[in-house]
Amino acid sequence: MRALLFKIGSFKIVTALFVVLLATGCATKQAYDYTAYKQIRPRSILVLPPVNNSPDVQATYSVLSQATHPLAEAGYYVFPVTLVDETFKNNGLSTPADIHAVAPKKLQEIFGADAALYITITQYGSSYTVLSSAAIVAANAKLLDLKTGTLLWQGSARASNDENRNQNNGGLAGLLIAAIVNQIANQVTDASHSVAGITNQRLLSAGHPNGILYGPRSPKYQTD
Amino acid sequence: MQIAKHKQGIFVLALLSSALLTGCQTAPPTLYQWEGYQPQVYEYFKRQGSGSEAQSGELEADLQKIRATGKAPPPGYHAHLGLLYSQTGKNDQVAEQFRAEKELFPEAALYMDFLLKKLAK
Repeated sequence: MRALLFKIGSFKIVTALFVVLLATGCATKQAYDYTAYKQIRPRSILVLPPVNNSPDVQATYSVLSQATHPLAEAGYYVFPVTLVDETFKNNGLSTPADIHAVAPKKLQEIFGADAALYITITQYGSSYTVLSSAAIVAANAKLLDLKTGTLLWQGSARASNDENRNQNNGGLAGLLIAAIVNQIANQVTDASHSVAGITNQRLLSAGHPNGILYGPRSPKYQTD
Repeated sequence: MQIAKHKQGIFVLALLSSALLTGCQTAPPTLYQWEGYQPQVYEYFKRQGSGSEAQSGELEADLQKIRATGKAPPPGYHAHLGLLYSQTGKNDQVAEQFRAEKELFPEAALYMDFLLKKLAK
């Protein structure tokens, strides 16, 4: 009886802790300082080709091609990424690192953009770790005001296609087979590209704590 | 009995957390009608300049669908179409697309004018 009470008691404590954790989860993070962002309020964003620190050469264009949606839906004009890439190449800038090194003022003169987004990909691709195989994409980004070079915002995000996968099917042998099957599937279906889409949404959409603010084309502009 | 209670509790917790996680995910209406814009952009980068003719055809067809919804195409759509035309030698259509981008998004005016000037040379 005593054991029963104890069990129920500890269970209640766990439940209470769980609820408290969920309720405060977002609040305990230190709030981002949006002072400069709110002062400048950019209308348009030039997304530069991302610097890729992963071994997969597809990473830069996979992430670049999916950066427009979250930012445009957040209410910003996003410069056409293919044309912008072409313009850089025509000016002898072929690597993302070279492009990231161009002076903000110069970018502003050519494109007339209010802000530029500098993305760095830290992880991209399928990793096989004996018991699991997941496509993982992680990236961080900085938003700079192009007139002054001021940092307006920075953040990072990560996604994996292993997040919702149920792994309780058939013990160790089952896990091993699942890992191998997943890795093959990850290669065949360009899973990393799909995961990059999720990373992009997490990194660059508005309306969540410490994220990008809504832009002028959104009905939610200046509500955050 | 004890285990049964415990299990019930876990079930409730699972329900609670899934409700919390999915609660905020009602999809609001989008600002733009995207169709295949981003996948086409990815394809464009992957094939490095080939197949522009075929892709411009697909984007034209999608543009009809976009117009039918009454929504605007996303930023960059017309500009990308203009780029495809420039690679297939349709210079008058390039200018038309760059102007359409500028009209829809005045934020692009300076860059589009820069491109139109280059085109005229």
